Amino acid sequence: MYGRKVKLRFFYIFIIFLILSLTIFLTLKSLEENVIYFQSPTDVKALAEIDKKKIRIGGMVKKKSILIKEKEVKFVVTDFKNEINVIYSGLIPNLFAEGKGVVAEGFLKDKSLFLATKILAKHDENYMPPEVKAALEEK
Amino acid sequence: MASLIGFYSLVFGLCLSFIVVLFSIKNFRNSLVFDKKILSLTFLQLFFVITSFLGLIISFINSDFSNETVFNHSHTTKPLFYKISGTWGNHEGSLLLWLLVLNLFIFLFLLKSKEQDKNYRILTLLFQQVIIIGFFIFIIKTSNPFNYIFPVPTEGLGLNPILQDPALAIHPPILYLGYVGSSVIFSATLAATCLNYISKNWAKHIKTWVLWSWIFLTLGILLGSIWAYYELGWGGFWFWDPVENVSLMPWIALTTLLHCILILEKRKILTSWVIILSISTFTLSMCGTFLVRSGILNSVHTFANDPERGLYILIFLFCLIFLSLFIFFFYHKTEDNQKYDFFWLSKESSILVNNWFMMYFLVVILIGTIYPIFLEVINSEKISVGPPFYIKLIIPFLIPFLFAMAIGPKLKWIKSDIQNKINLSIFFIISFFLSILIIKNLKVNFLVNTILVTSALYLFLVTSKEFLIKGINNLAQNLAHFGFSLLILSILFNNFFSTEIITNLKIGETFKSEKIHITFESIEKKEIKNYSSIIGKININDPKGLNQTLEPELRIYNQPNIVTSEADIKTNLFSDKFITMNLVQNQDYFNIRYQIKPFMIWIWLSVLLICSGGLISLFRKKI
Repeated sequence: MYGRKVKLRFFYIFIIFLILSLTIFLTLKSLEENVIYFQSPTDVKALAEIDKKKIRIGGMVKKKSILIKEKEVKFVVTDFKNEINVIYSGLIPNLFAEGKGVVAEGFLKDKSLFLATKILAKHDENYMPPEVKAALEEK
Repeated sequence: MASLIGFYSLVFGLCLSFIVVLFSIKNFRNSLVFDKKILSLTFLQLFFVITSFLGLIISFINSDFSNETVFNHSHTTKPLFYKISGTWGNHEGSLLLWLLVLNLFIFLFLLKSKEQDKNYRILTLLFQQVIIIGFFIFIIKTSNPFNYIFPVPTEGLGLNPILQDPALAIHPPILYLGYVGSSVIFSATLAATCLNYISKNWAKHIKTWVLWSWIFLTLGILLGSIWAYYELGWGGFWFWDPVENVSLMPWIALTTLLHCILILEKRKILTSWVIILSISTFTLSMCGTFLVRSGILNSVHTFANDPERGLYILIFLFCLIFLSLFIFFFYHKTEDNQKYDFFWLSKESSILVNNWFMMYFLVVILIGTIYPIFLEVINSEKISVGPPFYIKLIIPFLIPFLFAMAIGPKLKWIKSDIQNKINLSIFFIISFFLSILIIKNLKVNFLVNTILVTSALYLFLVTSKEFLIKGINNLAQNLAHFGFSLLILSILFNNFFSTEIITNLKIGETFKSEKIHITFESIEKKEIKNYSSIIGKININDPKGLNQTLEPELRIYNQPNIVTSEADIKTNLFSDKFITMNLVQNQDYFNIRYQIKPFMIWIWLSVLLICSGGLISLFRKKI
């Protein structure tokens, strides 16, 4: 038989292991719930059904597609294969412009309409979000 | 010319590294006293690196466009201040700054550690030199700041305008003092492990270094936050963005280390833990540099960068981690004769609990930051992890953490019981009812927020009482904890009471709601040396009789051609009024965002309080 001290040590190790695995499990689970997937207009077109979760879409702002009204902004995001209409009300970042890359966060209404809750700011005119770059290169 | 001198100084600096290493090994083996030559050689090396850095600064000041770095990041019309700050506003220059600080710290270390053991000092120097040599080679091979271009261009490409800002001009040097300061802790800990030198005295000596880098890291993060708040125009100060997270992770590790060293100062326990924390702090700082510079991270702050450099840092990082783990496992001896008993209610066990929580926060942030990278590598899915993830996982654990912060410092070492139980319970009841009063009328989750505010208020009250009773005894710790409670409270109230209005207006139009009228009165155009500016006059009018004109600005920089919006912020003790204006190409409408952000200034002040806690702890010892 093991002595009392050794047993106690096993018990501690067991407890620590249990807490550790529980923490990692819970962390990963809540990660799963809170991640935001990125999709290009082509990915959206390929979707089997519309998800209610928040997603990000990215691509280029189609030339001459921006239309501003008092309450909202409408524009079209394209990856030169497919496009999607976006309706947005909120803060417009500085580098948001026609013919430039954009990443918008929000919800899909249907396959051709995206309700954006946020447009992400970029800091560098030459910088293109890696997702947009990859999406553009895929074509 | 300046570039040439700069480059050759760099090469000389590298050569000196090898000479220093040679001398140190000789001195380590053969002599009993510290060889003065080593100190002079280290100083010479520092001198060369400083010369090199000055060379780069002079190239920037003179707009010497034959230098590729200057060409890429400067412009003749830029104000002098930003020409100079442009030196470290780019990858190459900022790495040179890293190197400079690495050298500076080891020189200061040698100066300030005269009463320590000779072999320990030399071994610390050797480990530091390993890091220094790594960075020398990295700079010379992959990111030489002195590359020559021919034919010489007549004009540079200019610095990204959002970097042309006083806060961001000093943000990198201060942040680096914190980041790189952890390198000395790393080297010293490894040296102490090898020589079995870790003791209470060693803890006292290394604590100074931990405190200094902790203070600088805190200030650096604060500056970055303030800059993000007024320059990026979203009105937030923390976005849980990967680039922010990589600066928070070393901070958490360093804070944990700081608390752990306090135990080590009193009792020689937890030595392995101290070693692991020192290693992880520096590793995380390096990781930060790697993740930001390699472009692997998908961040809203990301600037254009180069993957090849990332690979080098990654390999270097692995070597360092391997080296330190090797030393840890083969040299570190745990004392068997030392009793490891922890009484459950004592200062050391409360610090240990604090450490566990800190490690949990660290793990959460680490997972949230690198999980997207893994997922992308494994199945090329592109995801991002947003603030809800962090809030959900961190907030619940913040509550016991805050309570422990209030009670822990009141406990005694080794064995203790809680004194003034009645007092403490009265404080608890007061803070509980206060927070119910505050939360009751708000549209937020009642239960979680009440408990959260209770815990923060509790810490606030307990530490305030401590000021009154103990005065300047224990001031450092109390001030830092008080600052932390104030920080949490201000962030919470800022979240609860912030309001914002976003609208699109043409010139002359008015946005009307029951509470507020926002009138876009006019715009005024101005030409300034390197940008033209559009200043809007916007009148805010609310029924309470407040009538204020705010003037947000749009700057159209000519080189590079970028539009930035400068927020107009009216600050007072209770709230900030924050307005930004934006123009979309070829449209008549301006996008206007008006925010009222309560207690903003208290967030900054509380972080300063936390810092001053560290400063007091540094200088009290000497008095």
